[in-house]
Amino acid sequence: MSKLDYLDQLENEAIHILREVAGQFEKPALLFSGGKDSICLVHLALKAFRPGKFPFPLVHVDTGHNFPEALKYRDDLVEKIGEKLIVRKVEDTVKAKKLQDAKGKFPSRNALQTYTLLEVIEEFEFDACIGGARRDEEKARAKERIFSVRDEFGQWDPKKQRPEFWNIYNGKINKGENVRIFPISNWTELDVWNYIKREKIELPSIYFTHERECVVTESGQLMANSEYLQLDASDKIITTQVRYRTVGDMTCTAAIESEAYHIDDIINEIKEAKISERGATRMDDRISEAAMEDRKKGGYF
Amino acid sequence: MELLRFFTAGNVDDGKSTLIGRLLFDSKSISTDIIEALTKQSKTSGIDTGIDLALLTDGLRAEREQGITIDVAYKYFTTERRKFIIADTPGHIQYTRNMFTGASNADLAIILVDARNGITDQTKRHSIISSILGIPHVLVCVNKMDLVNYSQERFDEIVNDYKEFAAPLNLKQISFIPASALAGDNVVERSEFMNWYEGETLMQFLENVKIDVVNSEGASRFQVQYVIRPQTNNLHDYRGYAGKVLSGSYKKGDRVLVLPSNIETTIEKLEKHQAEIEVANALDPVIIHLKDDVDISRGSTIVKINETPQTEREVNATLCWMDNNAFLPGQKLILQQNSFRTKAIVKDVVSKIDIHSFRQFESDGGMKLNDICKVSLKTAEPISFDAYKENRHTGSFILINENTNNTVAAGTID
Repeated sequence: MSKLDYLDQLENEAIHILREVAGQFEKPALLFSGGKDSICLVHLALKAFRPGKFPFPLVHVDTGHNFPEALKYRDDLVEKIGEKLIVRKVEDTVKAKKLQDAKGKFPSRNALQTYTLLEVIEEFEFDACIGGARRDEEKARAKERIFSVRDEFGQWDPKKQRPEFWNIYNGKINKGENVRIFPISNWTELDVWNYIKREKIELPSIYFTHERECVVTESGQLMANSEYLQLDASDKIITTQVRYRTVGDMTCTAAIESEAYHIDDIINEIKEAKISERGATRMDDRISEAAMEDRKKGGYF
Repeated sequence: MELLRFFTAGNVDDGKSTLIGRLLFDSKSISTDIIEALTKQSKTSGIDTGIDLALLTDGLRAEREQGITIDVAYKYFTTERRKFIIADTPGHIQYTRNMFTGASNADLAIILVDARNGITDQTKRHSIISSILGIPHVLVCVNKMDLVNYSQERFDEIVNDYKEFAAPLNLKQISFIPASALAGDNVVERSEFMNWYEGETLMQFLENVKIDVVNSEGASRFQVQYVIRPQTNNLHDYRGYAGKVLSGSYKKGDRVLVLPSNIETTIEKLEKHQAEIEVANALDPVIIHLKDDVDISRGSTIVKINETPQTEREVNATLCWMDNNAFLPGQKLILQQNSFRTKAIVKDVVSKIDIHSFRQFESDGGMKLNDICKVSLKTAEPISFDAYKENRHTGSFILINENTNNTVAAGTID
């Protein structure tokens, strides 16, 4: 037998995990954000289950601060593959629970989306949620299992993680608990891009270079100018060629200056990049050394 | 490009984190914002001289506070030749289960030995676990050579000590490299101070070590993960068994046996990624179609008729007990082997293995956290298996506590 390429091995592992979810759970869901990682998950699910239907719906927790390009991509994709999409809006949770909405110049609903996520899990009684998180993203993620059991409050307890051996996944849970499942745990940002290239996966246009009006933050990051920002006269606005390395909310995901037009340009850019994916683009992980660990303990992905 | 999974075992004191840090730094896998964050943290932890590399791998707050590794951290780097997945595992005895987690999938174990201390209890423990898990390669990295004046004599002494200790362990392949992670000797760059050493540097070794393709050889094994039945108008009779080829290969027309129901049939069709294929190789995620309508569901095994595994309700195994709560004799457990689950009980705890000497001692019938024991198990349904040393995929299993649902043990079938 010829040796398997590393992308084949990563793909095989992910498909195996997705099929374990289908075999072990009553009511799984795939969390879909419109970002490249969850787009890869959908692609892998097609490979795992076609010609059958997905044994789970796609769930989008809509913060209301999405890039319009990402929403359009989402709707087009769902129509093309003919799978079920459930959308729940953070704004509705904020109203119903009388929560304090995000404030400030760049109002981030990142923390608020945990409420909506936990609500949608409860509403549909999901026992497993598949997500596109990767271990190379952040050091708390680097410690998380592929099957990560959460208690009734969605909390991750790093000290109580189940040991995980070989490719045997234990998804047995008590009522009220759920499992977060990360099929592409072992992929790096570069692996994802190489896979997208190999599989010719279509992506939202904002991953590629385009002209955009951006606000320059104090630390020099470029934030897309949108109706969600609270700007004042002193804010510096420029129009420049940018692209996005990750697709999160318009209010907390920074663009990077880039001329990368083709996927090969992007792959070269990442190989050369000196700053990590989250470091370059996320405002929310900069708060403290343990920001991600704390958010996960609170029920975040 | 190939993929190599390895694990490192050892304490911060052995220079494990420095070694990983060196591999990541020198392969340019650490970003500047992370280096910046580390420099800041190193200062708050009271370390003034540069970066404390332990902070790079220790991701949880408790680990940073206590300065120890508690759980496995996965790290990734790529060279021109290979993608590497490092499972950075704790060395302390109380975290043996976390080490098992990181080691179970590895192609290679890197065991760090401090040149000043030589073989310690920890070295022995990690080697014995590597032996139980059948890790194909063990690399003994004799670190901190700079602190023993790069002495060849000292290195040779450690190599001989290790060989003597490891003789009964049946490790498949052992290699030795003298190095200093801190000074950078023989990690990526060849050392100027050890001209007597003519072997590979650590990086060369990682890029060249042969990765076993055990899966492709030996008997063909496939287990059903999920049955695909679209039940739509145009696919009314479609019934496909989705799963991964665990070892060997299958082709259209093969006469096969479905276990445990023991029914013979023929492979009618093989599909992969929505296309029909002629041959399914090891690790391929495929959908198998069978000629006859047989009783088959998740966890069923499909094998070739002349390559049958053992199918029994009793197995002898080596068990590592992983739960904080000790084993209770008579306790009802669930055995999971890949996707197959059945109720099981431990009938007898035959002996306990001393983790530092590999000697077997008479058992008192109990099992506590991190104990490694020889046991005999009885299962409710018959299980189809191979000995672990023949097949890592069909010879391994976990035990789940029926009440708490926790994974309480990992087992390899003798």
